Amino acid sequence: MNTLSRASRATLVAATAALVLSACGGSDDDTSSEGTGDGGSSDDMTVTFLPKNLGNPYFDTSSTGGEAAAEEFGGTFEEVGPQEATPDGQVQYINTAAQQGVSALVVSANDPTAIGAALDQARDAGTKVVTFDSDTEPQFRDVFVNQADAEGIARAQVDLIAEQIDGDGQIAILSASANATNQNAWIELMEEELAANHPDIELVETVYGDDDDQMSFDRTAALLQTYPDLEGIVSPTTVGIAAAARYLSDSDFQGEVALTGLGTPNQMREYVQDGTVEAFALWNPEDLGYLAAFTAHALVNGDITGEEGDTFEAGRLGEYTVGADGVVLLGDPFVFDADNIDDFDF
Amino acid sequence: MTRTYVSHSHPWWRRALVTREVGIIALLAAVFAYASVAVANFAGPLTVTFLLLDVAPILLIALPMALIIVTGEIDLSVASVVGLSSVLVGVLYQAGLPMAVAAVLALAAGGAAGAFNGYLVAYVGLPSLAVTIGSLALFRGLAVGLLGTTAVTSFPTGWTSVATGTIGDSRIPLVVLPFLVLLAVFTYLLHFSAFGRGIFDIGLNKEAARFSGVDVARTKLILFVLSGVVSAFAGIYFTLRFGSARGDNATGLELQVVAAVLLGGVSIFGGRGRLHGVVAGVLLIGVISSALRLEGVTVNIINIIIGLLLVASVVSPNVLAWASQQASRRHRRAHAAPTHEPTGAVHPQGR
Repeated sequence: MNTLSRASRATLVAATAALVLSACGGSDDDTSSEGTGDGGSSDDMTVTFLPKNLGNPYFDTSSTGGEAAAEEFGGTFEEVGPQEATPDGQVQYINTAAQQGVSALVVSANDPTAIGAALDQARDAGTKVVTFDSDTEPQFRDVFVNQADAEGIARAQVDLIAEQIDGDGQIAILSASANATNQNAWIELMEEELAANHPDIELVETVYGDDDDQMSFDRTAALLQTYPDLEGIVSPTTVGIAAAARYLSDSDFQGEVALTGLGTPNQMREYVQDGTVEAFALWNPEDLGYLAAFTAHALVNGDITGEEGDTFEAGRLGEYTVGADGVVLLGDPFVFDADNIDDFDF
Repeated sequence: MTRTYVSHSHPWWRRALVTREVGIIALLAAVFAYASVAVANFAGPLTVTFLLLDVAPILLIALPMALIIVTGEIDLSVASVVGLSSVLVGVLYQAGLPMAVAAVLALAAGGAAGAFNGYLVAYVGLPSLAVTIGSLALFRGLAVGLLGTTAVTSFPTGWTSVATGTIGDSRIPLVVLPFLVLLAVFTYLLHFSAFGRGIFDIGLNKEAARFSGVDVARTKLILFVLSGVVSAFAGIYFTLRFGSARGDNATGLELQVVAAVLLGGVSIFGGRGRLHGVVAGVLLIGVISSALRLEGVTVNIINIIIGLLLVASVVSPNVLAWASQQASRRHRRAHAAPTHEPTGAVHPQGR
């Protein structure tokens, strides 16, 4: 309308053009990402990892595994993801992957149903969908790579505590909340495993720290006062085991009462190093990402379709078989101890 | 509404073509064309559908937001109203109400939320910036409080497929239809009705508007209620599109709405703005985000760019106004001509 608005328009055009150009300039190497989706050759295979959110050490580790796998089979690896672990944040990236026609999308779902429609659209566009860590409803993906099954988790923890107390004595369980589905299922299986294979171990009590650090700390203190002969504590939750370790490491019970369960290396490192904890279990997210990428590779190559009984090679992890409902199981939980804990950062 | 001498010194066709709005539309076309050529897969068949689905909530909320900003006020609580209506739809549907009833109740709640803002701004006389920052936290708190960290995801597929569906075999999403209806309504309200002339008058000079017979308080109340209802509608759409009612849905959306409205040529100081510019502003942000995502640019960088665009669109008219004043002063001095600057030219951005 006048000189002012004309000049302001020019500035806007220049500013936006500069921003757009500079943003696009750095990604010339991305042009190879125009995979057809159902191509048979793995040379041009593109695999996009979409974790729950970015900047999460757990998913950084799984992406490291995925990238290593992609390097081995000669594919292009990319990691994208939202800031916050929300389904709507993931949908935009699923849509983008569909537009790009990536060969495979490897997703840890923020919601089992909310991202389903977007995944369907991506699959219609020829993209193979692998879920890992957190599954969607089975109809929305080709294969789910499961980090651990309940039996394996329960058995690993019972084996660890039995070894640490020489198969004899009183133990207690420090769980999350009283109605935590996962923990209750594991505890039930642990009780069965104890009764079947370790008759001399007595489970005296299961207490609940509600996955709250302070409450778990207090419950640990109460357990040790109530049961002076207590030999060991199992905590099948990362919050619980860290709080219990913190209590034990500052008390006279350090080294006297064994502690194991499910924990993360970063939380548990100092307690493994000071001798409070001998060994604990969890799955290895790096292997999980590695296996998920190889699963995607097998799907894109047509080696598997996601049918039960399909088998494929997953690099250094060996051969895997697709189970019921298109689930591939990573294997038994991984045991962390003083020898290997420094190899992990999550 | 100001008729400045400067703006009438050019022929009518030039006044119609050379505007901020036309500039934004041209920029939108240019960025779209550039992305189609230079960004891999941008020209693909899915882009337009996903782009419109993504920007639909912003398009919807930008309409009442533009009117509010033209009056010189602002509504920062819109994204929280989206979250609140999303949670209400989820909770009510889960409680056994039919989807349609849940949706109507959520719209009513949005209207009530808008009336709350509007009453405090229009009748108590509090600044809208403070009121709506407060209600941003209040409504979001209610939303998260109602549903906690859980989500309702079991919506009927008939409804969710409408939210993600397209018109026939075209690439245009169905949600564009209610948007076009609202666009027609808001265009009439702002540009073709006495109510709309009142909106501009309030933005230019509240006192003068009051003395010329505009009911300032009532106008503002109506606008905030409209903002609440449209935000609630966007919340229902958001919920159905993602099939997920969560307390944190659409967090931070208000920034994108305000950015798009200002980018579209609405003055943050009030009194100026046109809806075709606003629509172009929203689409411009959508196209830039979509192109950058396809290039693998992370969400942080996209936010930085949208933030810069927002700052640039607010700052540039002021900087340029100052620069132009300096230039014309030098010009006048050089020519030593008698200066009869018309008093009406103090608001050169007037439409």
